[in-house]
Amino acid sequence: MSFKPVILWTDALVYVLVAVIVIFAWQVRRHEHLLAPWRRVGHSASGMAALTILMFFIVIGLLDTIHLRPAIENGNGGSEAAYGVEVLSLLDLLATPLRTQVETTYSAPFATHLYARETVELPGGGQVREFPRLKFGGAHLQDPDAQLASDIATRAGAGAGLALLLWFLIATSVTAIVAHRRDERFMSTLSTIWRGITPVPWRAVFVTLALILLLGGAALALCSDYHILGTDKVGQDVFYQSLKSIRTGLLIGTLTTLMMLPFALLLGVAAGYFRGWVDDLIQYLYTTLSSIPGVLLIAATVLMMQVYMETHPELFDTIAARADLRLLFLCIILGVTSWTGLCRLLRGETLKLREMEYIQAANAFGVSHWRIISRHIIPNVMHIVLITTVMDFSGLVLAEAVLSYVGVGVDPSTISFGTMINAARLEMAREPMVWWALFAAFSFMFALVLSANLFADAVQNAFDPRMKTLSALARTWRRKSIGKNA
Amino acid sequence: MLNYIIRRILYAIPILVGVNLITFTLFFVVNTPDDMARMQLGIKRVTPEAIAKWKQEHGYDQPLMFNNAEEGLEKVTRTIFFEKSVAMFAFRFGRADDGRDIAYEIRTRMLPSLAIALPVFVLGLIVYIAFALTMVFFRATYVDFWGVVLCVALMSISSLFYIIGGQFLISKLWHLVPISGYSQGLDSAKFLVLPVIIGVISAAGANTRWYRTLFLEEMGKDYVRTARAKGLPESAVLFRHVLQNALIPILTGAVVVIPLLFLGSLIVESFFGIPGLGSYTIDAINSQDFAVVRVMVFLGSLLYIVGLILTDISYTLVDPRIRLE
Repeated sequence: MSFKPVILWTDALVYVLVAVIVIFAWQVRRHEHLLAPWRRVGHSASGMAALTILMFFIVIGLLDTIHLRPAIENGNGGSEAAYGVEVLSLLDLLATPLRTQVETTYSAPFATHLYARETVELPGGGQVREFPRLKFGGAHLQDPDAQLASDIATRAGAGAGLALLLWFLIATSVTAIVAHRRDERFMSTLSTIWRGITPVPWRAVFVTLALILLLGGAALALCSDYHILGTDKVGQDVFYQSLKSIRTGLLIGTLTTLMMLPFALLLGVAAGYFRGWVDDLIQYLYTTLSSIPGVLLIAATVLMMQVYMETHPELFDTIAARADLRLLFLCIILGVTSWTGLCRLLRGETLKLREMEYIQAANAFGVSHWRIISRHIIPNVMHIVLITTVMDFSGLVLAEAVLSYVGVGVDPSTISFGTMINAARLEMAREPMVWWALFAAFSFMFALVLSANLFADAVQNAFDPRMKTLSALARTWRRKSIGKNA
Repeated sequence: MLNYIIRRILYAIPILVGVNLITFTLFFVVNTPDDMARMQLGIKRVTPEAIAKWKQEHGYDQPLMFNNAEEGLEKVTRTIFFEKSVAMFAFRFGRADDGRDIAYEIRTRMLPSLAIALPVFVLGLIVYIAFALTMVFFRATYVDFWGVVLCVALMSISSLFYIIGGQFLISKLWHLVPISGYSQGLDSAKFLVLPVIIGVISAAGANTRWYRTLFLEEMGKDYVRTARAKGLPESAVLFRHVLQNALIPILTGAVVVIPLLFLGSLIVESFFGIPGLGSYTIDAINSQDFAVVRVMVFLGSLLYIVGLILTDISYTLVDPRIRLE
């Protein structure tokens, strides 16, 4: 199958972000003093378990970032391949059955019949009101009432079994690698992992991995023949929407930071380092911006952007490009409203740093301002940047849902947790309630945000040991219980 | 003291001017009034006459910054900048797109907003401090650990979930209180209970955790060790010494949001159908009523700045060591 790659604006920025992270990781690996705090992150059980879950979200998000336009089959056999206007991602292609198996309206999870009665013409004339069979969900069953439970059980069991096999392979190979590194026998490494006394908490990672793989395996085995999380008003599969929402959530959480980071870093450091009128100006700038309540500033800016986009439709060639640009703008706006906090922190830290002896020494040797800032100050404030970045992430994911509800979030055609909740909210009053879309959006969001929070907690604890975070508590607690046992 | 307050208020003026300039740029320069008119009247098939009429009805039929058609001072005053932006300093807010007086709407909607926001604020403060103190009292035990786990879990749940879940459980399943609505006087209590509880719960995770950190920081100080060395029981140390001293950052941190309580909460009010300023703002955003949004932005920053000034004053009141200069 031929295709034409498409790089949307947000895709390009995601690639930049991945490149930045790779370069950063490479730098960290080479310097022991940079590596030490990351090692502490690696030793936190909650942090590593959270990272395992985050990895799954990130893989789905990255798959959804590689966009392309598949070729259309043209009958006249022309040499020029024609490409569809529809922009698809790799995830869309992998989940083709999910994307294309669209019912007519609501259906509950694992249902074989629609959720609403419809008037059906009987073959022999006459009409009857009944719940019609779904076109795709459980369509392979002859007698749904009798077969449904056993069919779901066998499929889920098979999927979970395969997942367990995969887990077994991963766990064995990781254990083998660890054993090789520690120069131990395989069985003794296995037993230390089993007792949970390895420095890197492999047991927590394996348990989390097993849970994810079991759930994922069962879901994968079932999702092509059932709507495992039901369908929405226009019959779209809710599971597919949840998967697509992950990219939107991740993008808003990361790109916003990427957007604001240069401003916050440069302005904050400049204000603290140069002081005087530069400081006054920058302080005035961020005091003014931060004195406008965040939601209102975002609402005002997004409204204005909406008007601009409505009055200039010629700027966007496809719907995807338009929705994508709107997402990017939302990130920029969120960045503009949230850089002030980081800027203030960085200014304070730089004020402290510039009085340090080594900076004074650099000054006395005639090192240029630019060099002092880039060599001595920025590396020493990076831990603040890092902590703020990971701490902000979860808040931004949650904010997206609220903003979409207010009506100033992502484009209505972009699938996100916010748009899912917004659409499902209207069905609250329905009797019996349509609960699955809300359930799906909230549980995916909870998993993402909780793991981000736990990871942020571990990072904060590793880089700023004064904070009394969860990981610190768990460690003293564990030490206590180990001491008691000994 | 008075000197300081006056200077603080004078400092606030350039910030308000800045806010005003930002809103002016956003609402009138990025998109001209013509664009707004086109948006309101529908993008397609809109005649220049219709645009001119809309602009005249809403008072946008003047030049942006400088009016050459007028004489003398009117060159500056008969402009959109002066009549729409500068007028806000005199609290002349003008009319919304549906013709209602914005200032009157704000006055009548302030009370319902306050009726929710104030109980949430007071109750929240008490509940969070109580929970944080409990966790600190049992620090480094199961209670503390699972308390923090609970806080992190509560933080990870979307505020929309609390509202939707609460409405479903309390109102729809158990029929304890009405789902939404509002009425005057004491009768409104039954409408307010649920939004207040949900408001308190939805901010519980982050705040309790933050207060716990503050208490723990206070626990590490020298006077606590002295108090313990005197032989005071742990409860006396905690409730008499630590609580009092940790209340300083907590209360001064809370002062900044007091003026903002008038604005209410956007989503809680709109979900529960409370006719407050929050739902007013949401309605304005949904109907793209820029006049109202502009006023709310200005009002929000004004109240925030008032909050900042109050914070500085409250610092000196609770902690005499801080001198204002």
